Amino acid sequence: MAKKELGLLGLLLAVGAITGVLNPRFLSAVNLLDMANLIGLFGIFSIGEGIVIITGGIDLSVGSMFAFLGVIFIDLLTNHSVPWPAAILLTVGAGIVLGVLQGVLVTRAKLQPFVVTLCGLLIYRGAARYYTEDATMGFGYGDDYDWVGWLASGRSWGIPHSFILLVVVALAMWVVLHRSVFGRYLFAIGKNEEAARFAGIRTNAVVAGAYVISGGLAGLATVLLVFYTNSVSPSSFGNFYELYAIAAAVLGGCSLRGGEGSILGIVLGTALLQVLQNLVNILGIPSSLNFAVMGTVILVGALADRVLQQRRARAVAHAGTPELRAGTAQVGETR
Amino acid sequence: MLELVKIGRRYPGVVALDGVDFALAPGEVVGLIGENGAGKSTLMKILGGIIPPSEGTIRLDGVAHAALDVTQATRAGIAFVHQELEVFDNLDVAANVFIGREPCGFGPLRLVRTRELERRVQPLLERLGADFGPRTPVAELSIAQRQMVEIAKALSIDARVIIMDEPTSSLTLAETDRLLRIIAELKASGVAVIYISHRLAEVKQCADRVVCLRDGRVAGELARAAIDHAAMIRLMIGRDLRSLYIPPRVPPHAEGCVIRNLVPAAMPEAEVSLTIRKGEIMGLAGLVGAGRTSLARALFGVDPPRGGTIALHGTPVHIRSPREAIAHGLYLVPEDRKREGLVLDLPLTQNVTLPNLRAFARRLLVDPHAEAACFARERARLGIRAADGSVPAVTLSGGNQQKVVLAKWLSMQPRMIIFDEPTRGIDVGAKEEIYRLMRDLADAGVTILMISSDMEEVLGVSDRIAVMHAGRITGVLERPDFSELNVLRLAIGAAAEVA
Repeated sequence: MAKKELGLLGLLLAVGAITGVLNPRFLSAVNLLDMANLIGLFGIFSIGEGIVIITGGIDLSVGSMFAFLGVIFIDLLTNHSVPWPAAILLTVGAGIVLGVLQGVLVTRAKLQPFVVTLCGLLIYRGAARYYTEDATMGFGYGDDYDWVGWLASGRSWGIPHSFILLVVVALAMWVVLHRSVFGRYLFAIGKNEEAARFAGIRTNAVVAGAYVISGGLAGLATVLLVFYTNSVSPSSFGNFYELYAIAAAVLGGCSLRGGEGSILGIVLGTALLQVLQNLVNILGIPSSLNFAVMGTVILVGALADRVLQQRRARAVAHAGTPELRAGTAQVGETR
Repeated sequence: MLELVKIGRRYPGVVALDGVDFALAPGEVVGLIGENGAGKSTLMKILGGIIPPSEGTIRLDGVAHAALDVTQATRAGIAFVHQELEVFDNLDVAANVFIGREPCGFGPLRLVRTRELERRVQPLLERLGADFGPRTPVAELSIAQRQMVEIAKALSIDARVIIMDEPTSSLTLAETDRLLRIIAELKASGVAVIYISHRLAEVKQCADRVVCLRDGRVAGELARAAIDHAAMIRLMIGRDLRSLYIPPRVPPHAEGCVIRNLVPAAMPEAEVSLTIRKGEIMGLAGLVGAGRTSLARALFGVDPPRGGTIALHGTPVHIRSPREAIAHGLYLVPEDRKREGLVLDLPLTQNVTLPNLRAFARRLLVDPHAEAACFARERARLGIRAADGSVPAVTLSGGNQQKVVLAKWLSMQPRMIIFDEPTRGIDVGAKEEIYRLMRDLADAGVTILMISSDMEEVLGVSDRIAVMHAGRITGVLERPDFSELNVLRLAIGAAAEVA
């Protein structure tokens, strides 16, 4: 575990301990499992966001994707009587298609990721609202969906399925990001796309791949979110969720300049955000301060990280080996 | 006017400067030479107040200081013209010259007085003989013109000492000449210039005195009459430079790379035909803008060619991307090492395995042990000086970085390697190692194209020299015909006119 993740884990435990002392209910099994459920829901798409951020891009569209894909998912199930496994596959598939589209616009049309996904944010939301005429979509009173509902939002051995799915997704994506050729390419491109291209890497395909992963994971998260709320009101479903994802990734050590970040960090970042939300409720802080608390903690985290980085850089400057020192001194002199 | 006495600068375990004495008189041009890491930049940073010396005194107009800070240095009229130009290309010339010191009105808004700004910049530009006005956007200027903006900036603070760090590294010959003329004018008006350069011919041309640093000490000084190439090189390396040429052990044979009527996308007016033999080092000379780098980028597939054919070791190849070039065993050691050659923040090992990562992976999962073994092998073969493969490439010196770039390609199966300015910014010792490597590769049957603007290198290293002018090969010289004059004549297109 790198220093950054250890620090984040320490912060998470410290915040948890303090909250637990102030209100022991925080550490009750019920509360912890509720939090685990939310961490699962938010963690899955935050991982996708983090991977896009590692390429030096950003995906602002995930929140609107939830509304758009959620509408599609419920429509398939209720109005078109599509069997639920097919509906889930189609929803995830639709997320992948949107990811491909955005990836192509970013890599082929060379549009800025911020612009592409901002347009996505506006378009998907609009499409969802238009299709439903702004009406809330739900499952009605039938119990045809009990089984799939249980699968998506139920619990086994007391553990929420969303959390189990997050663990599975995180493990898979950990291998992809930290052990696979594709993952190495993502980091290399995030740090220096030009050099990666000169090394024969198909940079466009790799970057587009990151958007595809983000879209696919957003599709998967849609299914969980739909069963979490049991309905989709297209004007508000998933609003601001892209910001939760970006916050989790940044808190977890992803640099918006690209090339930095880890799966463990993103998951810990998600967990910290959810703990903060829970803490606001459980300590009786007015829930209107919810975002403000989150913002403050991220800001303090970023500042602390900066200070630690500078201290480390100074320590290296003082203690570096002579060979490396001489090398560093020359950096300015070479072209 | 300015005198540095017994200046030392220590870092833990390293002495960057040790008892350096350096004096400067008004209107004097001093050439400061030395290998990379000799301490030139450190000395100039002390002079500019960017870092304090560990010991010694700085005497400025008779007043002794233990150290200068940036404000003191600026007030004393010490100005830098940086190696990597520090201009704002989103602003115009006048704004750049007075950046941070804009004449402005009173009141809380402190509006910039644009007209006065221009009025003050105009004479500076005239003094330099600039062919652009104060309102020209810097984005429209060439590198040489941007340099004039920096010099104008120095003049605007009434600089008495201008420090120029490798000012001509990106200039054409004509631009270099103009810079040297400007230096002469500065000198005539009493401004002293410290001219740091690896280009000894220019130093010889403009310097009144040469000071050479070596390993943090003054290795020697040369008075105007004593400045010549051999003497400067002797001071820099402490020994005579052996002839650079290493004759091939295996005579070149067969056609390695045959280029026919190639039109680089970046230069549609160009058309290149050239045959490079397998096992030879073909030098490619020419002035900046002749199309040499465009040709390299076309061959490597960075900007796929618009027309023409390439055959490599007898088989025609169609290259549309670096990926395809690499698949054919055609590699490029790019001019811009930091942007195109390396991912500076990644560890050395990962840099080396990047183009061939799949060979170090099982079922698409990277095997770190195989990677480490590869790095260890290449480090031993190339003599890369680094603690281990986990340090980021940014911590290495230029020469070692270049060896890491080479290690990327040598760990694969090269058939042809294009070197674009292979030793730019690299010290003399590392240069020789790279020349030897190039020769070893050629002897092993690799086709080598070496683009270089360094005349000594082109004449010393190549088996044959192709010269480009305006997008065409104007001639190919055999070793008996090698001379600076012949290369230059072809480079300015004179031979074409004669013929």
